[in-house]
Amino acid sequence: MSVEMSPSAAKAAGPVVINDFVVKFANVNGSGSASANGMFAKSILRSGVPVAARNIFPSNIQGLPTWFEVRITEAGHLGRRGGVDLMVAMNPQTWDKDVAEIEPGGFLFYDSTKPLPPSKFRDDITVLGVPLTAMCNARYQLPRERQLFKNIVYLGSLAALLGIDPKVIETILSEQFAGRQKLIDANFEALHMGVAYVHEHLQPIRLQVRKADKVGDRIYVEGNAASALGAVYGGATVCAWYPITPSTSLAEAFTSYCEDLRTDPDGKARYAIVQAEDEIASIGIVVGAGWNGARAFTCTSGPGISLMTEFIGLSYFAEIPAVIFDVQRGGPSTGMPTRTQQADLIGAAYASHGDTKHPMLLPCDPGECFEFGALAFDLADRLQTTIFVMLDLDIGMNEWLTKPFAWDDSRQLDRGKVMTHDELEAGADFGRYKDVDGDGVPYRTYPGVHPNKGAYFTRGTSRNPYARYSEEGAVYVDNMQRLLRKFETAKSLIPAPVARPAKRKTSDGVIYFGSTTPSMHEALETLEAQGRHLDALRVRGFPFSDEVYDFIAAHDRVFVVEQNRDAQLRTLLVNEGEIDPAKLAPVLHYDGTPITARFIAREIGQILALGQTEAAE
Amino acid sequence: MTYILKPQLHHPNLPTNARGFTRRDYEGSVSTLCAGCGHDSISSAIIQAAFELDLPPHRIAKLSGIGCSSKTPDYFMGASHGFNTVHGRMPSVLTGANLANKDLIYLGVSGDGDSASIGLGQFAHAVRRGVNMLYIVENNGVYGLTKGQFSATSDKGSKSKKGVVNHDAGIDLVGMALQLGATFVGRSFSGDKDQLIPLIKAGLAHKGAAFIDVISPCVQFNNHVGSTKSFDYVREHNEAVNQLDMIPARSPIHVNYQPGETVMVTQHDGSVLSLHKLAELYDPSDRAQALGFLGSRQIKGEIVTGLLYVDPDAGDLHDALDTVATPLNELDNAALVPGSKALAAINAGLR
Repeated sequence: MSVEMSPSAAKAAGPVVINDFVVKFANVNGSGSASANGMFAKSILRSGVPVAARNIFPSNIQGLPTWFEVRITEAGHLGRRGGVDLMVAMNPQTWDKDVAEIEPGGFLFYDSTKPLPPSKFRDDITVLGVPLTAMCNARYQLPRERQLFKNIVYLGSLAALLGIDPKVIETILSEQFAGRQKLIDANFEALHMGVAYVHEHLQPIRLQVRKADKVGDRIYVEGNAASALGAVYGGATVCAWYPITPSTSLAEAFTSYCEDLRTDPDGKARYAIVQAEDEIASIGIVVGAGWNGARAFTCTSGPGISLMTEFIGLSYFAEIPAVIFDVQRGGPSTGMPTRTQQADLIGAAYASHGDTKHPMLLPCDPGECFEFGALAFDLADRLQTTIFVMLDLDIGMNEWLTKPFAWDDSRQLDRGKVMTHDELEAGADFGRYKDVDGDGVPYRTYPGVHPNKGAYFTRGTSRNPYARYSEEGAVYVDNMQRLLRKFETAKSLIPAPVARPAKRKTSDGVIYFGSTTPSMHEALETLEAQGRHLDALRVRGFPFSDEVYDFIAAHDRVFVVEQNRDAQLRTLLVNEGEIDPAKLAPVLHYDGTPITARFIAREIGQILALGQTEAAE
Repeated sequence: MTYILKPQLHHPNLPTNARGFTRRDYEGSVSTLCAGCGHDSISSAIIQAAFELDLPPHRIAKLSGIGCSSKTPDYFMGASHGFNTVHGRMPSVLTGANLANKDLIYLGVSGDGDSASIGLGQFAHAVRRGVNMLYIVENNGVYGLTKGQFSATSDKGSKSKKGVVNHDAGIDLVGMALQLGATFVGRSFSGDKDQLIPLIKAGLAHKGAAFIDVISPCVQFNNHVGSTKSFDYVREHNEAVNQLDMIPARSPIHVNYQPGETVMVTQHDGSVLSLHKLAELYDPSDRAQALGFLGSRQIKGEIVTGLLYVDPDAGDLHDALDTVATPLNELDNAALVPGSKALAAINAGLR
């Protein structure tokens, strides 16, 4: 055995690191690397070690650079860490940037078929060369095979370098290509070509994967798929959508789950899915279906929300249930279509002209995407309005390790206040916009319910409690006030915030939500180790409940951590709760990459340190 | 302007239909359109058609967009649920409503601004999807509610009330509907009830996307000399290709025309369309010929009316999506929620 190292490899030596490092794959889009990279992450999970994997991809189908980052984390930190310990540099276009990103003492894995000048490397890293192209050209004839198996060869080499049991990868390959033995055999061969090369020419590095038991019963799934499954369990029957990154896979997952779970034995569908001509038609179809008593949703991203706003206002004012999954991406305009942000909060909360407010659910991982995905349909029927489920690209399009999906079979779909044929027949007084129960939520009827009772005319114009057109100021004001009462009612139905108290008494608090959650938790641990304690509160929806405002009132200073430029959650907190803005310190990350624990701990740590200095002066 | 209650005085001897309803049972609130508006004649024709078809009023869902025409669903069938949606977007709302409950009859009412300008895209896509509906455009070539601007169906060279000449080409929704795959296409004139009522009846009975363009002169803003949508112009240039009798399923068929002059078409629901030919060679089962005929007459300034195309065996969007017979809005918990066992299997596949 020999070890290929850069001239000053000694500098790269360091302690052995087990189950706590970051591997990043730099690939060319369309080269078939995604499947091999996914198997790499899964093989570590199957070894009982948690991983957090993220695709960083361009708005492109073939040719542009794409990255896949895998954080191996026995401690279970599922946020993005930042920094790279082992770079698998398969893309010459981004070589320099990729090499520069490696942490000092880290490793560079590359295709050593063509020699590169020393200037292309760094002194403080270990270089691991495997002649992938040469090996694949010698073994395979077809260009496509040469390309695809290159990915499997590097997978084998990495397994050998990092101490991953190749048998685990074999199992995953067998599952993936089940029933296609020739393909399985070919992949096994490529895998072992990579393993054998390392055994002959290199040796395992100090970054090691060791079998553990830290994954438990958790599942590994994308937020978009989890949301789609939530929609199935929430009883959605109508889906209308228009393709847009990063929400497309939600509609596609709904289609595939419905095919499996909602098809009668004779092949008939208990669902209807329409790929509409645009986002306006998508939400129009949803509103029409909701008006007619079916549970309906659309999924989109920021640009789609912009287009849908007129209909969202109609849903608010005419009181029609609708569910919108907004998988947020970098805005404004076309923005950064394949990068993540939490920048649609204000746009969704107050979408449309006139005085409007819309409830939002803010899931923090795919487990909650499933839960809130189902809950959204109950809330939409209960409140007769649009409910937003706010994902982002990070949760939506990356597979996350999350709690297994659970369902209580005694749970029934809550259809809200619907007046039936029999109630109408018995002489119930029906006023479509009458506040019978004092909670601001009126009763509705489904079209066609009764031959001569319960029909009404739905409109986006002002009307009286019996749904008759009216331009009387008092009638209009009365209705707008009732809509505010309904929004108050929403507060009691939105999932409560989750508190994470500090270990010591503190006057500092932090509020966060959504995909920031794992990085926030890790940052709190880092800060705690530095002796900095903060009470933390994760908000899970809008409108905010009293608990959120009690939390703010109980602290002298509250950091609000979010992934946008304008501190949109902070703005909503200030606006809806009449909070003194000086009390809420924004911590903002919005470059399109997922927020890291390092960033949060540094930002909050600096402000806290400044406070200590001032206090000392 | 607020809601006007219609006096509830019933003539004791009003005729009833097979379901025991009088014509009054198909009426709505009092129209707030201008006196003499063509749209009111269309509402009246809709009321008469539904009455003659013995339709239960509450099983009809009437939807519209925004504009003068879109106000009219309030003025007919008060026992039906109605939905005045947003400008140009009635087709998508109707599509969603139809997906939720395939058992109701869907009547979409729109105007030339609503369907040919802001809503041209939605019009096109609802038609090409074959949504089971009757889509009526009350076409007056002008924006009435905003006082007289040209609409996209105004013919090139047509003059506005203020004397401005339209320099843009007019959009012909009938030609578009034919091209987009509508399976029932007709055109009529609000001033010709004899032609319009049977067309509406046939369209309501049709399965698939039925479209009727009804030229409906605007008495306030588009009924002057120089307009190609005025009462006088339409009367002078109306070329009907056939005269339709719509015979509902189960009714005895009486044909008054000589053999060879009449084409009989049986629709999906068993209703029979008896078409008396006025243009000798016109064949309403030939989509391509219909397009050619329309084009050749349009050049001459003629307005072709009648049942222009029908495919009596057409399917609809529900057929394409292969949905269950039960309306989706009636499926219960058991039919919709797969339960915890299915979820356990899904979890197992995600490890």
